[in-house]
Amino acid sequence: MSAVTLDKPVAAGSQGQRRTPGDALVAGTSHTMLILWSVIVIVPFCWVVLSSFKTSKEILASPFSLPAEWSFENYTSAWTKAGIGTYFFNTVIVVGTALVLVMLLGAMCAYVLARFEFFGRSFIYYSMLGGLTFPVFLVIVPLFFVLQGFGLLNTLPGLILTYVAYALPFTVFFLYAFFKTLPDDVYEAAMMDGAGEWRTFFRIMLPMAAPGMAGVAIFNFLGLWNQFLLPVALNTQRENWVLTQGMASFSSQAGYNVDFGALFAGVVMTVLPVLVVYLIFQRRIAGTVSTGTFR
Amino acid sequence: MPDPSTTMAVAASGPPEENPWGAAPGRTRRKLTLDRALFMAVFLGLPVAVFVIFVVVPIAQALFYSLTDWTGFSPEMNVIGLDNYAKLLDDDTFLKALRNNVLLTLVVPFVTLVAALAIAVVVTTAGPSTGQVRGLNGSGFYRVVSFFPYAVPAVVIGLLWAQVYDPAAGLLNGMLTGLGFDGFENYAWLGEVRAAMPASMFVMIWANIGFYTVLFVAAIKGVPAEIYEAARIDGAGRFRTAISITLPSIRDNVQTAYIYLGILTLDAYVFMAALAPGGGPNNSTLTMSQHLMNTAFKKSQFGYATSMGVVLALVTLIFAALVFAVFHFAGGRDKKGDVRA
Repeated sequence: MSAVTLDKPVAAGSQGQRRTPGDALVAGTSHTMLILWSVIVIVPFCWVVLSSFKTSKEILASPFSLPAEWSFENYTSAWTKAGIGTYFFNTVIVVGTALVLVMLLGAMCAYVLARFEFFGRSFIYYSMLGGLTFPVFLVIVPLFFVLQGFGLLNTLPGLILTYVAYALPFTVFFLYAFFKTLPDDVYEAAMMDGAGEWRTFFRIMLPMAAPGMAGVAIFNFLGLWNQFLLPVALNTQRENWVLTQGMASFSSQAGYNVDFGALFAGVVMTVLPVLVVYLIFQRRIAGTVSTGTFR
Repeated sequence: MPDPSTTMAVAASGPPEENPWGAAPGRTRRKLTLDRALFMAVFLGLPVAVFVIFVVVPIAQALFYSLTDWTGFSPEMNVIGLDNYAKLLDDDTFLKALRNNVLLTLVVPFVTLVAALAIAVVVTTAGPSTGQVRGLNGSGFYRVVSFFPYAVPAVVIGLLWAQVYDPAAGLLNGMLTGLGFDGFENYAWLGEVRAAMPASMFVMIWANIGFYTVLFVAAIKGVPAEIYEAARIDGAGRFRTAISITLPSIRDNVQTAYIYLGILTLDAYVFMAALAPGGGPNNSTLTMSQHLMNTAFKKSQFGYATSMGVVLALVTLIFAALVFAVFHFAGGRDKKGDVRA
């Protein structure tokens, strides 16, 4: 386990203070528990990666054996035969478009709500807040028929719009707090220079909100990439499926007909993009969580 | 839509406060020029239109459909009043699912939060008892590792653990038999009535601990260090500090976390659908949400299914109210202010 190697050498000595036996005991117990927990978190993922290189026969024979030969056959078969490739591109299109749209619409809405006084302002704000708390299951059936009415059922644009609608309250709520903190003098100065509302927003205020936008965008990306319920109900045609649906279809296939090698390879391919996003942005994720909770 | 738990990061802070930069108030009421009116109409109109069409209207429709016997494929529907709700009370499968959801809601949030709190306390304040109050060395690593499952799609987590639990080729039985517990050879963790529910609960706990750890770590870091210094000077040990200082200081966060985990377990659809699509042995892991989806999209009883959605929403609201009440009575609201101020 790399946990130990990542530990910095004990720094307590630098202040000339000694560690008491109690400290050592607490530190020892805590490290043991935390390392154990880290193992429980990491090992299943390692096992999936290992299994993704084995043939289905090898997988069923023993959970620990190494593959006889390390081949990417499972990956190609998952990508083409199980359709993961198609689902991957669908997901990229849907999540990418929805993300851009929801960030734009969310920023626009939050900006007006946060910086203008008008009739019905708090009504809109609190309706959005309410939209955060209702379970999607309440609306899933009517939503199905709303989309059908627009002819958007089982289409990617329909799915994109639904994603936007359901990520909007979160986005508005978060960015609202952010736009409120932007100083007014900048806005005044832009106005004085004759920039007009539109230019002020796109050239001055939106770039100033970039850090907040980035944090919300990361959470929206993870949330939308992992979305399952909405596509399962509203996007049922196989060629339009997103990744999560493709993965779920593995588990609903019966027993030994499952191509286990492809399943494991599919898991790896689904997790890899989020792992990359997560590792690049993990500091910002922790930061976003903290700015939200404490001010 | 992001998982509800992400929203709590913001929700936990309560209503937005006034401008912390101390600059002039952010809101402005100015002369309404044509340019400004157009600007506001477009900026507000587009997002609100999307929100109304895809969120507000379906909620209103749901309340209406739940009072009908609609099957979805013909425009005909009869308003049958509360018959759907009466039928729910006789629907054994639904009641079983409701019980399962309640069971999940009793166990999963509690265990997750206790574990997350313990980890958060250890990595923030359980370091050496001399010098500055700080966490264990190397705590960043644990934080990064345990948060990771949160980034993985719940479907994939379910699928992954279904493989780990696999009776013959799974990792868990492989390890257990390897350690000499031969009784677990071919033990079907998700196929036995006794084991299916706890095994599923473990997966949900496993997936959620990390996020709440990160959240609590952030919250604890917001508590002024002087309070910890003072407690230490007064001779409080680590455990005492955790109970008397840390917990009261972040109780709002714990409360919000409890509510969001409750919402997650009252829904639980994605995890359960991936672990046991059929609802488990004897429906022992069937949830209301799974039953709703089957009733709507497999049996086409849309009116009846919508009434389940309404019940699900009601149960969620009741749960949230209960948590608020419990937290309110278990230690007055103002305590927190004392500690933080």
